[in-house]
Amino acid sequence: MYLDHNAGGRIRAEVAAAITEWLQEPVANPSSLHAAGRRARDAMEAARDEVAGLLRAAPGEIVFTGSGSEANSLAVLGVARSGDKLFSTAIEHASVLASLEAAARLGATTHWLGVDAHGRVSPDAVAQTVAGGRLVSLGWGNGEIGVLQPVAEVAVALAELPASERPLLHTDAVQVVGVEDLDVGAVPVDLLTLSGHKLGAPPGIGALFVRRDVTLTPLVHGGPQERERRAGTENLLGIIGFGVAAKLARQDREARVHRIRSLRERLWSHLSPACGPVDRYDEEPSLPGTLSVGFRGLRGDALLVALDAVGVAASTGSACAAGAPEPSHVLRALGYDDDAARSVLRFSLGSDLDDDAIDQAGRAICGVVAEARRREGQP
Amino acid sequence: MTPIESAAVIDEILGSSDWKDDLLARFAPGTRIVSAMSGGVDSSVATALLAAAGFEVVGVSMRLGSSGARAAGHSGCCSLDDFDDARRVAALLDVPHYIVDLRDVFDAKVMTPFVETYLAGRTPNPCTLCNRDVKFDAFWDYARTAGAEAVATGHYCRILQGRGGLELHTGEDPSKDQSYFLFTLQGEELDRTLFPVGALAKDDVRRLAEGLSLPVANKPESQDICFVSGRSYAEVVEERAAHDQLRPGAIVNEAGESVGEHAGVHRFTIGQRKGLPGGASEKQYVTAIDAEKGEVRLGSGDALFREQLFVDGVRWTGHEYKGDAEVRLRHRHDPEPCRLIPESTGVRVELVAPVRGITPGQAAVWYQGSRVLGGGWIASS
Repeated sequence: MYLDHNAGGRIRAEVAAAITEWLQEPVANPSSLHAAGRRARDAMEAARDEVAGLLRAAPGEIVFTGSGSEANSLAVLGVARSGDKLFSTAIEHASVLASLEAAARLGATTHWLGVDAHGRVSPDAVAQTVAGGRLVSLGWGNGEIGVLQPVAEVAVALAELPASERPLLHTDAVQVVGVEDLDVGAVPVDLLTLSGHKLGAPPGIGALFVRRDVTLTPLVHGGPQERERRAGTENLLGIIGFGVAAKLARQDREARVHRIRSLRERLWSHLSPACGPVDRYDEEPSLPGTLSVGFRGLRGDALLVALDAVGVAASTGSACAAGAPEPSHVLRALGYDDDAARSVLRFSLGSDLDDDAIDQAGRAICGVVAEARRREGQP
Repeated sequence: MTPIESAAVIDEILGSSDWKDDLLARFAPGTRIVSAMSGGVDSSVATALLAAAGFEVVGVSMRLGSSGARAAGHSGCCSLDDFDDARRVAALLDVPHYIVDLRDVFDAKVMTPFVETYLAGRTPNPCTLCNRDVKFDAFWDYARTAGAEAVATGHYCRILQGRGGLELHTGEDPSKDQSYFLFTLQGEELDRTLFPVGALAKDDVRRLAEGLSLPVANKPESQDICFVSGRSYAEVVEERAAHDQLRPGAIVNEAGESVGEHAGVHRFTIGQRKGLPGGASEKQYVTAIDAEKGEVRLGSGDALFREQLFVDGVRWTGHEYKGDAEVRLRHRHDPEPCRLIPESTGVRVELVAPVRGITPGQAAVWYQGSRVLGGGWIASS
């Protein structure tokens, strides 16, 4: 009962097949000039076309990276200079928050945009606040509580600022790829982060969309790969897998989103009211497969252990360097206290689940929670 | 390694399967037990014994201090290396392993009192507080929610069935006994606690670690208080305390004359001899600390002897007891014969023979033979 798809999931069969095919011969370096190298290069560029196609971007605007976190770091640190004003929210992914901190150590200043009780920014307020800044970074879909930011409206509002005052707009779209229609023509962002493993590619491959007119300083220095925006021999097999996954994501997006959303509500119907006092933190518009539930009065990290023992894989949302779950920084930023932030479990669903699996998981979760409440002497 | 395979190895090394009978005396096979894994030898072997006995073991390491990736060179417990060691042992035993973040509890219940006690001119006992408020309280809460019937630790202590219920006893190996730090355990806390290595000698524990090929078999033992590691206690206090909380002042001799200055009473402990001004005809010791005045008083060794002390914050392992017993006034010291006289606010302890260097803030733990009767905090002597 794998309910942790925001962290990682099944590699799609077509992706595995495409990668396996490449394992039959030497994996040549795409920079090599011989026939094998040229074949590798062609495969890589075909994959880039697919990833670019997912965004309606030009292939030259896609920079492959080692992860979504690297792409976020590249977006922030690749454009920030000393003295720049950088804007973001307190509920971003750790890779954005930590990159902003790193930029601040190099002399940039960071400024936090307010969010409402559900974590959403107000596009007009953003546009009024950020004039003269260098960068606005907004996660499109929040991996912990599922909230979707009105990125399109923010982009429109920013476009009305005079060009000299207009900051670059970056969005971490890792959680919405394959969910939202990501059209960088319709939603004019400047930088956009993707990760392959959220689409059914293997972990270890990400990408940053960099609009043609944005100049980026690389984080990884060395060779001319990725048009000198990210040095190092490319992860060819990961890129090939990413390309296949991107193609598939375009084909069945709407049906998949609909199905995952109905699975989420099916799971919720098992948990409430059967699991006692619970708080639900994801609220539409939100990621279709993310269910964020606070089991009032219980520690989420301890529930995870008991759930693991009955075969349910879930998450508290975030973990420290040591691997210990920590109270959700997202909920704390929304004003919830430590006990509430500690009580939360995130169930994230994928399209490989079916109704039976959800029913089985829902019953198992309720059994574990009821037992924990009994032990705590709770009603 | 399967439980059956490890049980065979353990039987051979210990020469019998008594260890298994001991563990299964209170809990049935298949019971979920959370084993606190520090990454050290003792808790690793404890976990192996539990798994081999047939319990459903869940290994959990506690994150208590600043063990982030950037805390390089940190060698106390809870470093990232220790977590990795615990994970390796758990993987070998096919036991799931998790890490729980208890930093906030540890900070509030152990670190803050540690600093405040030193600033008040007394000598704190953080290990006892950590056992009472972290390992057997907050950690138990976590384990209970996780579905465990009991928690196990690698302490050298025993819980034995007595006439009136479970009793806390010293570890079988007197050189490793840790009962002094566990006197606060009472009644139902004993019911839900296991000390799998308490009946073993340290040498046996090492041999088991080697015999089971646990990757921590040759790991050196941690000697110091975990969060101090490599620093002095004074440095820890000074890092955390606001500057105006420190109590600098005069060092005075037995005649009340000032013989020097000091940077804060937290740098001293009763009976201390090092770091004091010289020049006296006789060896000088710290005999009293007055935090209010910032005064550290010195005297001869004779001035350190006391015939009685008063203990507050008392906890009885079973029932309150009045009469002859033995009292241990610091870890690893031999117990002193004494008489316990419970009073309304604590227990008066009359010592049969005067004892030197009784330190307010430390625990006084009373015993009858190997059995722990209870204990409390030394308020005055």
